[in-house]
This record gives sequence, C-alpha cells and structure tokens, in this order.
Amino acid sequence: MFEMLGITPQALYSQLLVGLINGSFYAVLSLGLAVIFGMLNIINFSHGAQYMMGAFLAWLGLTQLAGWTGIPALQVSYWAALVLAPLIVGALGMVIERTMLSRLYKLDHLYGLLLTFGLALIIEGLFRYAYGVSGQQYEIPEALQGAINLGFMYLPKYRAWVIGASLAVCFATWYVIERTKLGSYLRAGTENPRLVQAFGVNVPLMITLTYGFGVALAAFAGVLAAPIFTVGPLMGADLIIVVFAVVVIGGMGSILGSIVTGLGLGLIEGLTKVFYSEASAVVIFVIMVIVLLVRPAGLFGRER
Amino acid sequence: MNRTTLGFVALVIAGAVAPLLGVYPTFLMKCWAFALFACAFNLLLGFTGLLSFGHAAFFGAAAYVAGYSIKEWGVTPEVGILSGMVFAALLGWVFGSLAIRRAGIYFAMITLALAQMLYFVLLQMKFLGGEDGLQGVPRGKLFGFIDLADSMNLYYVVFGIFLAGFFLIYRTINSPFGQVLKSIRENEPRAISLGYDVARYKLLAFILSAGLAGLAGATKTVVFQLASLTDAHWHTSGEVVLMTLLGGLGTVFGPVVGAFVIVGLQNQLADKVGSWVQVIMGVIFVICVLAFRRGIVGELMDLFKKSRT
Repeated sequence: MFEMLGITPQALYSQLLVGLINGSFYAVLSLGLAVIFGMLNIINFSHGAQYMMGAFLAWLGLTQLAGWTGIPALQVSYWAALVLAPLIVGALGMVIERTMLSRLYKLDHLYGLLLTFGLALIIEGLFRYAYGVSGQQYEIPEALQGAINLGFMYLPKYRAWVIGASLAVCFATWYVIERTKLGSYLRAGTENPRLVQAFGVNVPLMITLTYGFGVALAAFAGVLAAPIFTVGPLMGADLIIVVFAVVVIGGMGSILGSIVTGLGLGLIEGLTKVFYSEASAVVIFVIMVIVLLVRPAGLFGRER
Repeated sequence: MNRTTLGFVALVIAGAVAPLLGVYPTFLMKCWAFALFACAFNLLLGFTGLLSFGHAAFFGAAAYVAGYSIKEWGVTPEVGILSGMVFAALLGWVFGSLAIRRAGIYFAMITLALAQMLYFVLLQMKFLGGEDGLQGVPRGKLFGFIDLADSMNLYYVVFGIFLAGFFLIYRTINSPFGQVLKSIRENEPRAISLGYDVARYKLLAFILSAGLAGLAGATKTVVFQLASLTDAHWHTSGEVVLMTLLGGLGTVFGPVVGAFVIVGLQNQLADKVGSWVQVIMGVIFVICVLAFRRGIVGELMDLFKKSRT
C-alpha cells in the first residue's frame, strides 16, 4: 500500500508523530484559551506570547542565570523549569488580570482582545529587543535523550514524554473542572457569576486564579516545546493564530472537545505534510472554513 | 456650516497645501493610504460594531493584484488600482459570508485565521516573489498621459483617491443604510425584530470596507512600487486597529488623525529606537484600551461639548 502511494512507512510514522506533538500543543493551548474564555469572556491574545515566555524562562534558567548571578549552582534544570516557568508566568498573568483586565469586564468583550493584543506586542517586542529574532537551542534533558525501538519505528523518548505530559495535564484539568468541588464552583461561575457570588464564593479571586492557571498552561506548553522548536521571540505568534482556528473548529463549550480537536487537527496536519506538503500550512484554516459552512457553532460548541 | 463640513474643508486645504510647505510627499502619501485603510476599517468596527482582525488580507491582496497587473501585464495605474479594489471586494464577499456566521469574539478570530491563510497562500505562490514580494512596480502614466513618476502628480492623485474613499464612507454612514448599520451596532436583536435582514447588512458593510481597504492597499503599491508580505501580515491588521482606536472609534475624522500619528511615529522612531517600535505600539495600544477609549478626536469632541455648556 505504501509503495502505491509513493511514501515510506517511516516518513508516514514520523510525520504522524510530529502531527501528534503539534496536536498536543494545540490541545494544551486551546484548553487554556477555553478555560480563560469560560470565566473571563475574553480571548487571550497574549496566549502565544505567554507560551513563548515559558520557553524563554526555561532557556534563561538553564543557560543564563548562573552567568548573571555569578553562582554556578544557580542553574535551573529542565524539571525545575517545568514547575517554575508556569508559576512565574501564571503570577505575572494574575498581576495583569488584577491591574488591567479587571477594569474591562463591564465593557464590550472586544476590549479584552485588544488589550491582550497590545500586551502580546509588548512582551514579544521586549524579548526581541533583548535576544534578537534568531532562535536559541535548548538541550533535551539527559534522562529523555535517545529513542525507544518500537519495532516499526524509533520513538525519540523526549517526543513520547511531550505527548504523555500534555495529555496528562489536559486530563487533569478536565478532571478538576468536571469532577471536583472546585470545578463545580468554576462551572457555576461560568454560568452565572452573580448568583455564585451571592452564595459567598469570592468570584473576583476565582477569576484571577483562572486567568493565572490558563496562562500557566501556556507557559507549561512553552517549556515542553523548548527542546523541540528553537526558542525565539516569534515562536508563539504564528502558533496562536492556528490555535484560534482550532478553537473556532472545536467551539469553546467543552473541555474534552478542545483536547480531541487539538490532537485530531495536529494529526491531520501531519498527514497533509506526507501527502501534499504545500497545503500543510493552510489545512487547518481550510477545515475551519468547512466547519463554518457545515456547523457554524463548532464541532463541540453550543449555539447561543 | 456645521462642524463636519468645517472639518472636511480644513482637511482638503491641509492636504492640498502640505506638500507645497515642504512636507515630504512620500510620507504624506503613506499617511493618506493608511488613513483610507483606517477609515474603511472604522466603517466596520466603529459604525457596525464588527471587529475584523484580518483586514490586512484585503489591503495586502489588493496590493499584490495591483502590483502584478501593472508590472506583468503593463496595465495603466488606474486599471491596476481598480482591479486591486475589485479583487479585495470579492475576497471580502467570501471572507465576510464565512465570518458573519459567528458573532463577537469568534468573528475576530475567524477573520484573523482567514487572513493568515491568505498570507500563507501569498507566501507560496512563486510568481508573487515569495519572501521578497513584488518589487520595482512601475508607477506608469495615469490614463496614459499623467506621468506618475513625478512625485507631485502622484501626490495629488493619491490625495484625490483618499478624498473619494473618505467621502464615500461619509455618505454611507449618513445614509439610511448607515443608520441601519448603527442600529446593528447598538442593538442587534432589536434590529432583527424591526425586520432588517441583519446578515445582509453586515455582509454589505464588510464588502464595502474590504473594497476600500483594497483601494488603500493598491494605492500604496503604486506609491512605493512594492507589494510585500508585510502588507498582508497580522501586524498590519493590528496597526489599523490601533490607528482607529487611537484616533477615535466611530468618529468621522478619528482614523485619519490616528493614521497620521502612528505613521508619523513609526517614521520618526524607526531609525532611532529600532526594535523598541513594537513595544511602543503595544504600550499605546494598552493605554488606549485602558484609559483613552474615545481616542483623540472623541476626547476633543467631548471637550468641545463641555466648553459650550
């Protein structure tokens, strides 16, 4: 069958793997967007910039921090960065939410989009000023170097870890939101914030934490991405537009929906690279057009 | 004479005199092209309440169509500019009919994604020059006898194009059609209940806005003799939002003022601060959204009202 199509099984598997990895990033990022949208009713345009910040913080920690401080022991390992970068970016996000976004909730939701767009320009511009547009290399941690022989292909350990870790984070988020008490507050807050407030839940705090969590997810994806893609100021900008298309396709109504859509579209993109690589950059947008024609609310969305 | 007429007369005089006073014509032409682009965008966001985050698609596509037809087919500039505009309007028809299927934030995301798709298509079409874009587009002779290589001739043509577009937008927002657009912005469900086919009005506004954005893009190609990927990039979409917001959303003259301020700033800053320009644009964006939502013209109008009472 492979001979007939003029491709080798190796090429197919490796592109599928790349697709699965991109799909995991789409899933984590669109999940973050959906969680933020549910609570704040804004689309976080700076999501891509925050993803880039996550990757950059990991790189800075590993290669630059020791030099700045003069203490060689202050080298942040990959594993520490995986925890620290989301915490830092999440904390910064909460400051942004408290000082800026919270002033806009009474206005048209579009202002939130415009504000976060401005923030994305600032963050990207600052990193560009400091480190230029060229990418930085980030080494794969020692424990995850090498590959596993699956019989039909070699699976690089790091790539397997990225897929596993993102899926674990996605499902943990799904579990917390759909199956725990905290999640039930969150879902209630999404439906009717004023009523939830009347029951004595601190809704403004919940909103701040939600935004912090959403952008921390983006930073987590950024750290995961650091060893695969080169770490550069522009790494988030183009990705986020694709993620917007993913969100339009999936609809932001369901958590599981965004995970499935993200992974599925990543795979489709990978397949397109094998069969007709010229179209791989636009295939997700084309799918978006088809979904809009057939089911405008998105695959898992609800018509409002 | 009411204030808008006064403003219009002042604009015509200022535009006609400015190059004679020694202001660099190429800079002014860039300003007029972007002012028209921002006015076209304002028709959609300011008067219909639709935030398109992909307006660079129309600006850029028309720039390429005009550039290609003038350079490769040797058509005269007015034909090139018109074909760019018509192409942008057709593209607006396609993008618009898709995007108006969703409202609000989704509308913004869909237009952005569609524009990005067009960007990739432009990037991959070999005959459009890929990363380099179309360079060395000849300015040619308007109607076959007005030589546009002369900067002054070109300036008044560009200024004329701007005025025509500007006047068309002004007439549109003050027509019954424009009143319906405003009612959609203020209260869409009510406009529907009054029996207006809201989707059709939105689509028409979108096509008109896209066509005029294309007119601006095509004019820009003739001025700079260049159609580049930057024209279609999402940064350009963001810039036009910023110009409109800074000048004054939903005001007649706001986008013109905003375009002059932003193009002027970029011109002044580009060689002095380098990559800080993007940070400064971002800061202006944030300030506008947080504290200056009426924009320059909006604030001035407010001051004027207060001083009268």
